[in-house]
Amino acid sequence: MTGADFVMLSLVPLVIGTLAAIACALPGNFLLLRRQALIGDAISHVVLPGIVVAFLLSGRVAAVPMMLGAGAAALVSVVLIEAIRRLGRIEPGAAMGVVFTAMFAGGVLLLEQSAASGVHLDVQHALYGNLESLIWLDGYGWGALVDGAALRGLPPELMRMAVVTLVVVLLTALFWRALVIATFDEGFARTLGLPVRALSLGLVAVAAAAAVAAFDAVGSIIVIAMFICPPAAARLMTDRMGGQVAWSTGFAVLSAVAGYVLAGYGPIWLGQSSAVSAAGMIATVSGVILGLAALFGPRRRGLGAKQGG
Amino acid sequence: MTQEAMTMLPEPVRDRLVDESPLAIRGLTVSYGEKPAVFSVDVSFRAGKMTAIVGPNGAGKSTLLKAALGILRPLSGQVTAFGHPLDEMRARIAYVPQRASVDWEFPARVIDVVMMGLYRELGLLGRIRPRHRARAMDSLARVGMEGFATRQIGQLSGGQQQRVFLARALAQGADLYLLDEPFAGVDAATERAIIAVLKGLRDEGRTVVAVHHDLATVPAYFDRAFLLNVTAIAEGPVAEVMTEANLRAAYGGRLGPAQQAV
Repeated sequence: MTGADFVMLSLVPLVIGTLAAIACALPGNFLLLRRQALIGDAISHVVLPGIVVAFLLSGRVAAVPMMLGAGAAALVSVVLIEAIRRLGRIEPGAAMGVVFTAMFAGGVLLLEQSAASGVHLDVQHALYGNLESLIWLDGYGWGALVDGAALRGLPPELMRMAVVTLVVVLLTALFWRALVIATFDEGFARTLGLPVRALSLGLVAVAAAAAVAAFDAVGSIIVIAMFICPPAAARLMTDRMGGQVAWSTGFAVLSAVAGYVLAGYGPIWLGQSSAVSAAGMIATVSGVILGLAALFGPRRRGLGAKQGG
Repeated sequence: MTQEAMTMLPEPVRDRLVDESPLAIRGLTVSYGEKPAVFSVDVSFRAGKMTAIVGPNGAGKSTLLKAALGILRPLSGQVTAFGHPLDEMRARIAYVPQRASVDWEFPARVIDVVMMGLYRELGLLGRIRPRHRARAMDSLARVGMEGFATRQIGQLSGGQQQRVFLARALAQGADLYLLDEPFAGVDAATERAIIAVLKGLRDEGRTVVAVHHDLATVPAYFDRAFLLNVTAIAEGPVAEVMTEANLRAAYGGRLGPAQQAV
């Protein structure tokens, strides 16, 4: 593959995949340590109908309506869970399970309506994203990176993902100290006067924003995998919070890059003619990394088998 | 006296009536379900003293502490610290939660946990300077844990973890220390070390209030006792509070012979 081919076909998907992986893995660390890792999973299920409705109403895939739709869907879910729990006298876990799957299924049905209306967004798109199709037609070579005209032809998904990732990184850095304390010891955090509730709501909101932004480009499979796999693997590598976040970011980047390359070239190396889904491969690589960390990570002790004392 | 009634009084009278106690609780009721865990409790803890909160299991001892600190939301009640609303006095209050309330597999070293006690000083983005680190190390030394600063907290024994929590509170440099079961599941050496530190704080004029389980050690460890069983039963010097009648009122028939001997 020549430089020009690479810039036109692979550079943008690689960068978007990497940004999406980082944006999800960062809040994923805190969710994992708060034993709320499945919130990422929940978010990506629940927001689907909201995104589809926003898409049908606005007629385009744009950041603001998508976020609004996702937020509305999340609110509806919270109300539904509470209503089912109270009216049906069911335990919260069961109520959540019902609402998450119902919301996702509703989203899938809505998607089919959108396919009928002739706009492009389908079930496959929701699961796998459309990473491979994010090509940069004006990217004629490395020179295009400094060519204003060519840069204007970059897929809009790139800018959207870059902005969201930047916001996630900045918020994580800004609230780092408070987030770490509130995550480790919520009661103590309250006695310091920290707004514990606002912090956890903010964390979930940031995770949701990352999920929604990543959703369109890379699909929900990557979103779910990146919320959990890199942070969980990082947990097996270090005993410090800074190290935890650094390792998870490294694993997220590695998953995105290695997954994309393997999806594009792996089958060819194996003598097959066509590439496989990049989203699926990225999620798989992140799972393999977690498996390796579980087998060989230096800090495996303690998790599962609690130390005496 | 209620807040509204207070405001109707002339200022000189009001000032004399304001409870300057490090922690004054008025009409505190907390409920998890239908039955209250703590019911209409009034208590003021004496400044410069060590007070044990004692009572049977399920008496609401931890709940009282948590609700007073705003960790739990009470149904009703008012809490003042040093004569001011609690939220204004947070910098002067240090809280040591139950050791089992956190996940010790959290990726943090001993020194990282102790540094959390400096949050109010450092804020979100304040730079950690050598004097901050020195204060954290000094706090660790006071509980005999200076050699463990870079250990992962999950590698510590229960007693060592409890000392780390106490060191974090010491780093806060507070005037009021509230501890929830500081001796639960710790070794004898740790118990001695902790009580020595707490008595040291008291001798510096600071106030210590601890939820305590072991009636037998109350007279040796504490100056005062607050007997609680959902409602307040008695508060005062240990000898005056731990009478047979009071203990019977708090514990009912559940008092074992060893405890009756106190």
